[in-house]
Amino acid sequence: MPLLEIKNLNVEVDGKKILNGLDLAVEAGSVHAIMGPNGSGKSTLAHVLAGKPNYTVTQGQVRFSGEDVLALRPDERAARGIFLAFQYPLEIPGVATFTFLQAALNAQRKYRGEPELATPAFLKRVREVAGKLGIPEDMGRRPLNVGFSGGEKKRNEIMQMALLEPRLCVLDETDSGLDIDALKIVADGVNHLRDPKRAFIVITHYQRLLNYIVPDVVHVLARGRIVRTGGKEIALELEAQGYAQYQEDAALAGLNA
Amino acid sequence: MPAVQETVDRVRRIDVDQYKYGFETLVETDKAPKGLSEDTIRFISAKKNEPEWMLAWRLDAYRRWLTMSEPTWAKVKFGPIDYQGIYYYAAPKKKPQSLDEIDPEILKTYEKLGIPLREREVLLGIEGADGARSRVAVDAVFDSVSVATTFQAELAKAGVLFMPISEALQKHPELVKKYLGTVVPLSDNFYATLNSAVFSDGSFVYVPPGVRCPMELSTYFRINERNTGQFERTLIIADKGAYVSYLEGCTAPMRDENQLHAAVVELVALDDAEVKYSTIQNWYPGDAAGRGGVYNFVTKRGDCRGARSKISWTQLETGSAITWKYPSCILRGDHSRGEFYSIAISNGHQQVDSGTKMLHLGRHTSSRIISKGIAAGHSNNTYRGLVSAHRRATGARNFTNCDSLLIGEKCGAHTVPYIEAKNSSAVFEHEATTSKISEETLFYCTQRGLSAEEAVALVVNGFVRDVLQQLPMEFAVEGRKLISISLEGSVG
Repeated sequence: MPLLEIKNLNVEVDGKKILNGLDLAVEAGSVHAIMGPNGSGKSTLAHVLAGKPNYTVTQGQVRFSGEDVLALRPDERAARGIFLAFQYPLEIPGVATFTFLQAALNAQRKYRGEPELATPAFLKRVREVAGKLGIPEDMGRRPLNVGFSGGEKKRNEIMQMALLEPRLCVLDETDSGLDIDALKIVADGVNHLRDPKRAFIVITHYQRLLNYIVPDVVHVLARGRIVRTGGKEIALELEAQGYAQYQEDAALAGLNA
Repeated sequence: MPAVQETVDRVRRIDVDQYKYGFETLVETDKAPKGLSEDTIRFISAKKNEPEWMLAWRLDAYRRWLTMSEPTWAKVKFGPIDYQGIYYYAAPKKKPQSLDEIDPEILKTYEKLGIPLREREVLLGIEGADGARSRVAVDAVFDSVSVATTFQAELAKAGVLFMPISEALQKHPELVKKYLGTVVPLSDNFYATLNSAVFSDGSFVYVPPGVRCPMELSTYFRINERNTGQFERTLIIADKGAYVSYLEGCTAPMRDENQLHAAVVELVALDDAEVKYSTIQNWYPGDAAGRGGVYNFVTKRGDCRGARSKISWTQLETGSAITWKYPSCILRGDHSRGEFYSIAISNGHQQVDSGTKMLHLGRHTSSRIISKGIAAGHSNNTYRGLVSAHRRATGARNFTNCDSLLIGEKCGAHTVPYIEAKNSSAVFEHEATTSKISEETLFYCTQRGLSAEEAVALVVNGFVRDVLQQLPMEFAVEGRKLISISLEGSVG
């Protein structure tokens, strides 16, 4: 059984159809890249998996570990192990990063019926995680994402991912706005977390992130459905030829909204 | 933040109306006849065995009050108040001679509120932040009278007077007479004048020259009786070079009708003295439909009478159906300083019109205002402030920061700052922001596993952090919890 199984997913936002019968199966231990042009529905897919409000699923199923998760609240999905690294992480003034992380971790643990971590145990744990990712400790004391550079925000996302130990990590254009050095650091962080029990969906517009996070499978998303699936050679092909071909194919197939 | 989770758990245990202090205590009380007249005032004055000048002062106030009308400029709406339908005096019948003789029902009330009155227990240390042991002297006011004041003996050793104002009128009438009404004059405003006529109890503090008060002082006010107004009067004097930190807390039972609370607080700081006054106001706010709740119409003012004196107000306002309150500072002494730190949270149908006045009279006076308003539900939350520099206030400085946070679509936040500089050397700065807890922020937090309630509590705690840090450590934890409780039901 795949860790994540999406069947015939149709999604509307404000009456506009964005996802158009999307099918996807992701096995534990694998890294899937989803590539596609702007407006193809990449971010919508990420948001729907995490349970963001205001997306209407008109048809289809999303099963995670065999369980239908579409009826679950975002926090319930998080506690089951679905993590979304945001394209634009939010700022929360006055709340230290570590305070936020402790609250989040304990909320998940409590939901799963596990004991909560007291502050000393939490700090030990978060320092370990931050250390492995080369994240300076003072970042944890700064208010969450406030005044962080683009690179710091994304590293913070990866740190949260490492701490929360999800089973499915969805990275929504994590490479956007990063210079090459920051990109390498983020990719290193992700590669450290690769594990036979964990799966990744890496959403990106560009091929360059996939030089550092090497995917097992690459999907091309166009007009709300997956139009091609293959190995990492697809990414290189896209780099050379662009998305125009897929948009035309999708249009010919009558997939335009 | 463990406090967040604990809070959410506590909130879940509370009934529909969320207000955890809404119980009533059954004690026999001694009341003045209903309504207001010269006879009522004579009754109160006689009950307290007051000196003749005090009665004359009250009657003077009453006669002036008859000629005054309620202020209407605040952004609050309420029906007419029947001043003849209120009891102006209610006291538990059994008068305790010592802490051991307090009516056990009243002790239970304070225990439910988490306020230890027995010094034995207090000495063991009440729970403060990080389990730090702390000692706080408490004056407990139940309806119209003070029922217990702890640590009086120990404070007396340091020369600090801390007692009910009715007792101060017996033991130190000269001090009361010298300072009463010198900060908030008899005819200051409608509610303050009413208070001057009928006030029944409240706390009196005098800290002699050069003395640093050895512990936090605090008063807990509880309105219990039906149809009873609470009109307490607090007078705090820090003599030259003295320091005192004082905290008041307020709760009331849940009632369908509105209860009136019209208090007056006067602070006096002489040369080099400092008074820090903190309030955690949690009067019953009314039910989900906006019925009942306390009308909190309060006049609080501090006089930085001496050079280099300092007065600091910190308030955490979460309760009351209507709040009308402007803790202010008269910066009379040269180089004196006034501060106002406020968190005002409104939910349900609460209406808050609160702020401060910083009146710069002396030279090189400075003031600082940090106000955080949080509106949720159908509530309205207004900051109203005045910063003024008198002609002679050379070098006056003020910094004001007013931030408002909106939760939901049906609430309102308003900022009404008045700035008047009559001296060209004055430097006044004003910053204001209004923001909303966005859906994006909530989604981000819930994606990490927090429930929507926990997420709001966390964001709000971050928003008010600078001000919360101003509360005495012993009360900061309680403050955080209270914030979350009062925001229950604001999302989803």
